[in-house]
Amino acid sequence: MTIDEVKIGGLGASRPRVEDNRFIRGKGNYVDDIALPGMLHMELLRSPLAHARIKSIDVTAAWAIPGVRLVLTGEMMASRNLAWMPTLSYDTQAVLATDKVRFQGQEIACVVADDPYIAKDACEAIIVDYEPLPVIVNPTQAMTAGAPVIRDDKENQHDNLIFDWEVGDKDGTDAAFSAADVVSELELHYPRSHPSPIETCGSIADFDRSTSKLTVYMTTQAPHIIRAAVAMVAELPEHMIRIISPDLGGGFGNKVPVYPGYVVSILASILLERPVKWIEDKTGNLISTGFGRDVYLRGQMALRKDGKILGVRMHTDSDHGAFFSDAQPSKFKIGLMHSAFACYDIPTAHLTAQGVYTNKAPGGVAYRCSFRVTEAMFFQERMVQAAADDLGLDQAEFRRLNFVQDDDFPHRTPFGFLTDSGQYGKCLDIGLEAVGYKKFLEQKEEAKKNGRLLGIGISTMTEPLGAGNSREYDILGIKMFDSAELRVHMTGKAILRTGAKSQGQGHETTWAQIVAHELGIPADDVVVEEGDTDTAPFGMGTYASRSTPVAGAAVSMVSRKIRAKARKIAAHLLEVSEEDIDWELGRFYLRSSPDRGVTIQECAMAAYSNVPDGMEPGLENNAYYDPPNLTWPFACYIATVEVDPLTGVWDVLNMVAVDDCGVRINPMIVEGQIMGGLTEAYAMASMQFITFDDEGNCVGSNYMDYLLPTAWETPGFELHEVVTPCPHHPIGAKGIGECATVGGPAAFVNAVMDALKGSGVRNVDMPLLPDRVYEALTTSRDVSGAPPIRTS
Amino acid sequence: MTSLFEVMPAETAVDTPVRKLTVNVNGKQETLKVEPRLLLAHMIRQALGLTGTHVGCDTTNCGACTVLFDGAPVKSCTMFAVQADGHDITTVEGLASASELDPIQEGFKDEHGLQCGFCTPGMMLSAKALLTENPNPTEDEVRWALSGNLCRCTGYQNIVKAVLLAAESLQHQEASKDEGETL
Amino acid sequence: MYPSRFSYEAPTTVKEAIALLSKANGEAKVLAGGQSLVPMMKLRFAAPQILVDINNIPGLAFHSADPDGTYRIGALCRHVDLEKDVELAAQQPTMAAAAPVIADPIVRTRGTVVGSLCHADPQGDWASVMSALGGSIVAEGPNGRRTIPCSDFVNGPFQNLLEPEELAVEATVPPPVGTRAGGYLKLERRIGDFATAGVAVSLELSGEQVVRAGIGLTGVGPSTICADAAAETLVGQALDQSTIERAAQLASDVSQPRSDHRGSEAYKRHIVATFVTRILSNLQPATEQAT
Repeated sequence: MTIDEVKIGGLGASRPRVEDNRFIRGKGNYVDDIALPGMLHMELLRSPLAHARIKSIDVTAAWAIPGVRLVLTGEMMASRNLAWMPTLSYDTQAVLATDKVRFQGQEIACVVADDPYIAKDACEAIIVDYEPLPVIVNPTQAMTAGAPVIRDDKENQHDNLIFDWEVGDKDGTDAAFSAADVVSELELHYPRSHPSPIETCGSIADFDRSTSKLTVYMTTQAPHIIRAAVAMVAELPEHMIRIISPDLGGGFGNKVPVYPGYVVSILASILLERPVKWIEDKTGNLISTGFGRDVYLRGQMALRKDGKILGVRMHTDSDHGAFFSDAQPSKFKIGLMHSAFACYDIPTAHLTAQGVYTNKAPGGVAYRCSFRVTEAMFFQERMVQAAADDLGLDQAEFRRLNFVQDDDFPHRTPFGFLTDSGQYGKCLDIGLEAVGYKKFLEQKEEAKKNGRLLGIGISTMTEPLGAGNSREYDILGIKMFDSAELRVHMTGKAILRTGAKSQGQGHETTWAQIVAHELGIPADDVVVEEGDTDTAPFGMGTYASRSTPVAGAAVSMVSRKIRAKARKIAAHLLEVSEEDIDWELGRFYLRSSPDRGVTIQECAMAAYSNVPDGMEPGLENNAYYDPPNLTWPFACYIATVEVDPLTGVWDVLNMVAVDDCGVRINPMIVEGQIMGGLTEAYAMASMQFITFDDEGNCVGSNYMDYLLPTAWETPGFELHEVVTPCPHHPIGAKGIGECATVGGPAAFVNAVMDALKGSGVRNVDMPLLPDRVYEALTTSRDVSGAPPIRTS
Repeated sequence: MTSLFEVMPAETAVDTPVRKLTVNVNGKQETLKVEPRLLLAHMIRQALGLTGTHVGCDTTNCGACTVLFDGAPVKSCTMFAVQADGHDITTVEGLASASELDPIQEGFKDEHGLQCGFCTPGMMLSAKALLTENPNPTEDEVRWALSGNLCRCTGYQNIVKAVLLAAESLQHQEASKDEGETL
Repeated sequence: MYPSRFSYEAPTTVKEAIALLSKANGEAKVLAGGQSLVPMMKLRFAAPQILVDINNIPGLAFHSADPDGTYRIGALCRHVDLEKDVELAAQQPTMAAAAPVIADPIVRTRGTVVGSLCHADPQGDWASVMSALGGSIVAEGPNGRRTIPCSDFVNGPFQNLLEPEELAVEATVPPPVGTRAGGYLKLERRIGDFATAGVAVSLELSGEQVVRAGIGLTGVGPSTICADAAAETLVGQALDQSTIERAAQLASDVSQPRSDHRGSEAYKRHIVATFVTRILSNLQPATEQAT
């Protein structure tokens, strides 16, 4: 009577999602859906200028509006030592501006009122007198001698440089370049983008004077980190802080940092002793919260005539905005940029990086990305295509020639990462076959004769997902492990809690599947809870595709601990020694007599009613999982496009994705993640970006200008899979949530550049707006997208 | 001073005129007093407590707040509550009957047409309006009809499949109803 | 997201609406579809003291041709009404081409054609269409009705010639003097995006010959541009390649685009020429068929 694992919703089952039952009925519970008795509403006043000294703030008229309960400015925050807060990257950030504003949209004051309409009225009534200052919107301006110092609040900061960092082997790389037959070069800007979940950020702070307990409902992907941060910033005891992250309307990295709105709502609740709700509007979200990318990359590739890559040099200049508040592991200043070229067998490489302050919003979050790997993989795949073109080699064959081979693992990358598994050539073959590579190349030549421009773009990459291990990966010194706690009740039903936090990934569904796989308890009998720091075990949260690699592994490990105890109970019930019994899914049985056995449910009952002498009763445990390495999924994305030579408009003809994320827990959900990621890749390649004019005005501060593609523009996707289990993950899984966003953009851009091949153009910066493509076609020059935007 | 978000405030400040309105929401008659500037979306969410209607942007782009207004999809953040006086509104909470889900809801679940769930109510109501008018749409017609609703998670492909599945199951329902009648 | 306070009026007759507007001394705004006004109020770019909601006035939700061929669009005709009218393409091909590309499908169920014209957004699509068609706005005030040609109606970005006490009750298009042909092309980066550039072309043909022509340009100037010289060059001609090229060039010349995040000035001019060419070239087979 072997249990069919798929039937109980175990590993590999495309189990329908548990959370959908509430979402499709409109019964989700997002922060803005929560209403507490006596709740007040907070709105923020933001700076219209990008750089200006604040001469005065007059809040008299705001206070006079009926229904206004509190008006706070930076000065008042400063009197409580709360005008500044620490960032996740060892910098400081203004909560409410005191001395000057440093980017358009910066928080200046807040109003708490009986309803948000009144709060908005009062914000409008606040009069701020500014003295405008010169504005900096890119690294070149920032590093020009004599440029205004943006962070004059910091002692010893006499310019706009944040860091100078390097990794790799400079001498070895120089030697490789000396030996090269050909050197390829590429320079590009990965534009500023915003994760832009449809739900904005928000919080409801509820300070209860009678218990001194602060409860905060908050849109956060990392509730435990927030609890620690609030404890430090507000100097409240950590055990008296409860952060609850309810349903999240998407996150994509946007909801990792601590934002001024959260902090101000907390102070307001403490002052007013009433719940205070702050729900950011879309402009506030786009203009002030964690952006992604905004990196200038240039590099060179040393090549042998036969196509072998000998070495790579890279330099990045990153624009971090007014405060260095990147959310990333503290040891790596430019995230995991140095994971570039990991799928290729390259002997040596060297990367230098500079980060600067500008008059733009801070953030630098891992937007659907494992800490700058999106920029790394984009540059890698654009560089690889450029090199193949320079050598006159087929782009697919050039990649294959340089891939790390299946039997070369574990493989040390030129920057020192250790990749552990993969079948890169097989993935490429499947992709080429699916897209009809050879045939398309013929069609392309044929079409060219009729004046039509077709192109095909490939992007292949392996990326590091699932930080830690904790030796190398920490945020503010907090080690990047994760956790799970499992309680099996006496009737064999269970509750599982983890330190991760779903934002749409479906943890309530998939975590139960891991328990089902490990214990044979049907997934439907396992309820999953996350996001409440009073009940969930400490964890680092969900971002950087770390849920399955880290928290998911913890779910396996805690289930195994439960199974180990259940084995002892089973031996007791069967009146044999532990060595005499074996496990099959959901059941221990006597090796010598397989018909005699006890189910996991019977063991659960016994744990509360019939434990052997000397054993603690109960069947509950927890596990903290510190992964031995990152996981290294591989992906091959191939896009075909047609460019209209008269308008520069391009359409996707086909998009094929081959993903190897190891063992798939819930294939349906994995495919959903891939399609979502491909759409964001398409968005970045085609339309989605934030830019600035020379006065620092943000273009892309609402959905009229910050363009997310609709169902109409978004192409269809054809998905394929390869499974190379992760050798160190308990169930062989690798991260997947971000692969397509990371690897996808280069496929689209390479395809358009392929269509333009022969025009002499080497690069057009994303997004490939029709006017940029048309300009490249007609001028045969590269097109830069770096701010400030060109206006007339 | 009373909050705009409270239903039927007991007293009202002199300078905030309120208007009384009667509106049929999901088949239920509701009478309330609101300030004219209250957006329909806020009335639905706060005054009526129907929080399935979401607010996702300020500029009438995202469609998370889509409801049916006399059967037609509208962005409820772009109408004032007072404009609903005497009209019928269907929100996501009105899609399912007491005993069963609407085929569109089934479709979204079966085809994994949602992830974070934030755009889902608006998406389903746009789909509802489409299928009422065009019971047998093509993929392109579905994509076109949903192009006023933004989704950040799914990439739309499964949403399109969900709507096509719902269309199919509605047609089956119709067919079996017809059969029932001929018997 | 939270508009300023206003007082709300919901008249049930045009007369009543006009009386309310007259009383308001220019402090009132008319609320029809509201799909541009309400977003502007939410962002507090607009803060009218009084809103006069005309949605409860019966008799304004129409679009139809008079016996003499005059086409009339009432103040409460929604974009979707035109989009779903299967007979529109035969009567008003330029309108039929424009209706489905206005904003997005949900906005189209609520937004109105006349409201859009009054809003006078330089990137509004209907103003170009109506200018190309030689259409007019019918304004009603305390002293009765007057007719204002669409080409004059807009006198700046978001400004029109209506007096504060006037209500735009309908838009009209004169009867055709030949067979109508035309089209509307808009370059948008995404559904719901404003036009990078848009071109409306309306022709009336007698046989192969153009007897009347109009070209309106969207998003390439401080307000909608009537490319009169381009249109005139078509009149009396058959649509051969050189005529089309001349019209395209003239339309491009008269446009006044600015470089911005949607594209450079040169690019937008080029798109105008390209779209004029595309619309006119695609009409050719139909014209030949007609002869």
